[in-house]
Amino acid sequence: MSEEAVAENTKEMKKVFDRPESLNDQQFSYCPGCHHGVINRLIAEAIDELGIQDTTVGTAPVGCSVFLYKWFDIDVIQPAHGRVSAVATGAKRARPDLTVFAYQGDGDFASIGTNNSTHAANRGENITTFFINNTLYGMTGGEMAPTTLIGQKTTTTPQGRTAKDYGYPIKMSEMLAELDGPTYITRQAVYDPKRIDKARTAIKKAFRFQMEDEGYSLIEFLSACPINWGMDPVEANERIKKEVEEVYPLGDIIERS
Amino acid sequence: MDQYSTIVSGFGGQGVILTGKIIARTGMEEGLEVTWLPSYGPEMRGGTANCTAIISSKLIGSPVVKEPSSLIAFNKPSLDKFGPSVQQDGVIVLNSSLIDDFSLDKSHKVVLLPVNELAKDLGNQKVINMVALGGWSKATGKLSLSALKKGMKLTLEESGKERFVDINQKALEKGYETAKEGIKASSV
Amino acid sequence: MGEKKLMRGNEAIAEAAIRAGCRNYFAYPITPQAELLQWMAEHMPEKENGTFLQAESEIGAISMVYGAASTGERTMTSSSSPGISLKQEGISYLAGSELPAVIVNIMRGGPGVGNIQPAQADYFQATKGGGHGDYRLIVLAPSTVPEAAELTFEAFNLADEYRNPVILLADGMIGQMMEPVELPSPVDTSDLQPKPWATTGTDGRDSNTIRSFAMGAEALKSINRDLQGKYENIKKAETRYEEIGVDDPDVLLVAFGTVARIARTTRRLAEEQGINLGIFRPITLWPFPGDRLAELSKKVDTVLTVEMNAGQMVEDVRLSVNSEINTPFYGEQGGVVPDPGRILQEVKKYV
Ligand SMILES: Cc1ncc(C[n+]2csc(CCOP(=O)(O)OP(=O)(O)O)c2C)c(N)n1
Ligand code: SF4
Repeated sequence: MSEEAVAENTKEMKKVFDRPESLNDQQFSYCPGCHHGVINRLIAEAIDELGIQDTTVGTAPVGCSVFLYKWFDIDVIQPAHGRVSAVATGAKRARPDLTVFAYQGDGDFASIGTNNSTHAANRGENITTFFINNTLYGMTGGEMAPTTLIGQKTTTTPQGRTAKDYGYPIKMSEMLAELDGPTYITRQAVYDPKRIDKARTAIKKAFRFQMEDEGYSLIEFLSACPINWGMDPVEANERIKKEVEEVYPLGDIIERS
Repeated sequence: MDQYSTIVSGFGGQGVILTGKIIARTGMEEGLEVTWLPSYGPEMRGGTANCTAIISSKLIGSPVVKEPSSLIAFNKPSLDKFGPSVQQDGVIVLNSSLIDDFSLDKSHKVVLLPVNELAKDLGNQKVINMVALGGWSKATGKLSLSALKKGMKLTLEESGKERFVDINQKALEKGYETAKEGIKASSV
Repeated sequence: MGEKKLMRGNEAIAEAAIRAGCRNYFAYPITPQAELLQWMAEHMPEKENGTFLQAESEIGAISMVYGAASTGERTMTSSSSPGISLKQEGISYLAGSELPAVIVNIMRGGPGVGNIQPAQADYFQATKGGGHGDYRLIVLAPSTVPEAAELTFEAFNLADEYRNPVILLADGMIGQMMEPVELPSPVDTSDLQPKPWATTGTDGRDSNTIRSFAMGAEALKSINRDLQGKYENIKKAETRYEEIGVDDPDVLLVAFGTVARIARTTRRLAEEQGINLGIFRPITLWPFPGDRLAELSKKVDTVLTVEMNAGQMVEDVRLSVNSEINTPFYGEQGGVVPDPGRILQEVKKYV
């Protein structure tokens, strides 16, 4: 997302026009109106505020956010597609003093990597996971993801997703909340200043849980992919509000500490 | 005909990919050997796109060319990237609506076409690519206007876009006619 | 044969598979073969009980292939290098259970995530057994889009005939580029040879099992002996190659797939300079046409191998030819496609 668009979305906040310390002086290469950029920025701000830039290790998943290692001025590991939760587990177990975050698209987290994501949550790994749900595969060309809504047209469901062939949109956050392992699971969006503010609070909370050794947290973001949705950025924001939230309601799902 | 290669390059959304396909489709219809190769990858998102179309009376070896016979450049970055590699005496069709300053050193045959304005005259901004292709036909003489019209029609029909055939025909004609006046050597 | 169509390699492979009677296709998206899934999603004939299913992962996809192939139906999966790595477990099981299936690898640059540009760096993986155990795959390497369609069609016949998985090993350039293709006419799936070994429900016959499991050393030894016997038969009957200008060449160039077609341009450039460049193109990478290459190598001092990797097939070339002659290698890596003029420079070193 462009700088202006971020600024527009976060008009009422202070500090908006400064680049967070944890971000490099680089223009994001996401498409216009993509929420990955907003989310990246919010994570960087949280890292700054918590003063953990030097002790944080991030992950750059295979997907549109693979260039995360370019945007962030922190140490970053780039794992295989789907393996992010397991790789984050490895890093955290090896160096419990570091703050480790997993950043994963819905293809990564909820399809190819479901076993790794589920078991990291079930073990209550002391990591912070950001799960970007844009209801399809962005990078490879707009294919169906397990999160795709019923009826949604994608390049591999040209007639729209049917429950008969592909079941229903997977609710990873609710599913994982059934387990005893996780500490904090919440679903957030970033399409307006109010939502951004809430998301910012959630990110900081999730990092704090890790820093206080409280265990696994997961923030699912409902994220716009205007290019593959065939919409302009404003329409894409509207779609999240009107359609995606219907299936994936916002708010905290569990908090145990 | 010896091998004739064309690189088409511009922003995503300028119809670059389709233009190259129409050259290949038309060549095939004319009984020639053809290849079409896109640049692919995430850089296509919003960024630049290009493709290479080759037509030849003989079997085509490499579909990649370092020095194309001709170039259709829809924007400045495309001209900067591919312009210098165009063969001596090769053809360069330039979108002069977006490219105003340029310098080329070889003796290229350069066609300046204000495709955005010409397309606007036709009432459809989407057809800038066919305006340029019409100009290319005139300048290169490799595929005739009538052959390209047919190739374009077939290509659009095959992808269920018959309704755009008429306007694209007009655009091809417009480019062809305008290029008649606008061809110069590159010492401009 | 029908009329000519201008198609992308990925599309031509998908359509040729459908025409070969493939009614089960399972895959996971990956560049540069995404169009293959997209074509299958749109064109798999549902009326004929065709299945297109996007799997949750490549491991899921290859296991679905194992299940569908067990029922005797023509089955395919496709991917690109990183995804093919994930499929190796399933491929070993397919080979061990002697199941016919077609696996398409539209190779890209590696190792790891690498990039999405064309490469040939999965030669070892495909020809030497990427998974565990002593097994072989029939490996077909097309060098043009029409040949990709032709070999895909043929792959299903070979898979059925030998009850063996077949890999179509192409690269991102063949997957992405368009060329005129004459598609094979569709087979009537009811005309295909029956598969009495398949798990289709006993319906009165003795029960069948599909397995790679064998308790006891002797039992597994005998299975392995049978497999090796089958591989010997395949070597004798199915080795394929193409030769261009090999009668009296100054240098013999060996290349497969994309590089072989690029070498044709090099050959033309060489001709202009009075150099006779012969080209030997293995079409089956396994079985490797080593015997024929050995014969041809008797006529030259130099056999130059060119690949889009750091030197993989060249090992088979060196094993095949007389050790007295020169066997240099030239390769490009990381998705760089070798330039015909650059290859000519290599050739000229040996003239
Ligand atoms: C093993 C393997 N399979 C497939 C791919 C191809 N691939 C790259 S990104 C991606 C999915 C992208 O979707 P998502 O995770 O939702 O992230 P987004 O791009 O939407 O942010 C896939 C399938 C790969 N790189 N590796
Ligand atoms: S394709 Fe979608 S997810 Fe990827 S950068 Fe563009 S908008 Fe964002």
